[in-house]
Amino acid sequence: MKKKQKQKRGGGEQLFEVFVRPRAGLGHRHVGSVCAADAEMALLHARDCFTRRMEGASIWVVPSSSVTVSAPGDKESFFEPAADKTYRHSGFYRVPGDVKHL
Amino acid sequence: MSSISEKISLRRARFDFALRMGDNGLILSHRLSQWLGRAHAIEEDIALANIALDLLGQARLWLSLAGRIEGRGRGEDALAFFRGESDFRHFALAEQPNGDFARTIMRQFLFDARQLALLEKLGESADKEFAALAAKGAKETSYHIRHSAAWMRRLGCGTAESNRRLKEAAEELLRFCGGMFCEERGEELLARRGVIPSADILRAQWQSTVEQVFAESDLPPPDAKAIDSRPSFCGHTEHLGYILAEMQSLPRLHPQAKW
Repeated sequence: MKKKQKQKRGGGEQLFEVFVRPRAGLGHRHVGSVCAADAEMALLHARDCFTRRMEGASIWVVPSSSVTVSAPGDKESFFEPAADKTYRHSGFYRVPGDVKHL
Repeated sequence: MSSISEKISLRRARFDFALRMGDNGLILSHRLSQWLGRAHAIEEDIALANIALDLLGQARLWLSLAGRIEGRGRGEDALAFFRGESDFRHFALAEQPNGDFARTIMRQFLFDARQLALLEKLGESADKEFAALAAKGAKETSYHIRHSAAWMRRLGCGTAESNRRLKEAAEELLRFCGGMFCEERGEELLARRGVIPSADILRAQWQSTVEQVFAESDLPPPDAKAIDSRPSFCGHTEHLGYILAEMQSLPRLHPQAKW
């Protein structure tokens, strides 16, 4: 694991990840990123770039540098061990006939 | 005053006011749209284009309303594209050139501060049609001023260079602000009837918003003398002809075109 590299554009701008909640009751989803000098401007940019067509009820912006990401090299140890563990899927279990509500 | 002549002058005043609202949106929108592809970042490009489109949308509603009040069959396009310079009623501030980014932000902020004060009051107008358009516009404008004031503070408190540019923009543009507060023909009548707020109320509210944001932006307070240096200046500057030439040439070449 490593910290995501801090990405900067000219004028001391910084990259922010944008999360939008489509409507109340749903979770925020990652929709893209914007460059801005600070968090407040990032929020305004995110509103202008990602909610032009009523997509959002709420926006989060997070400095990309605060996101800790898995490295491509972690793929084998992170994800492949799950491949043969079918018992982690609900379909693996037979539901007894008497169970009405599941 | 006899009721018939008052009715006629009231109608004329409503027409003039709606036209002025439409022209302010139309001309400022055109100026902002000239930034397309030129802003320092794509995010800001989109932000300015969004504001331009909001203003154009408001302009269309006000010009359509003006056409209905006039009752001579002129629609939004006829009013936007087939009038000459002397018939446009927007503020000289709105047509001032974009200049650098600081100049554009200053122009926008000075306009937004007055526009928001106006639309909030106009939402309670005795005129139901004005009130409905104002309510829609106020939501958009409260975002515009959030954007322009945020940039004012960042440019003002950013570097020595950005502060200098913002200061220059203030010096250049404040002298056009008096024109936003001189009552045009018929506006006094509308104010008396509770249709629009008086220029004095708007001026006071504008002044307090501008003083506050100037202070937060490390700018000296706006000089009242500079603002009033042309108190009777409600006319246009040499820039309008160029704007109209660009904006109107296509519909005038192809007056029957539909798009």
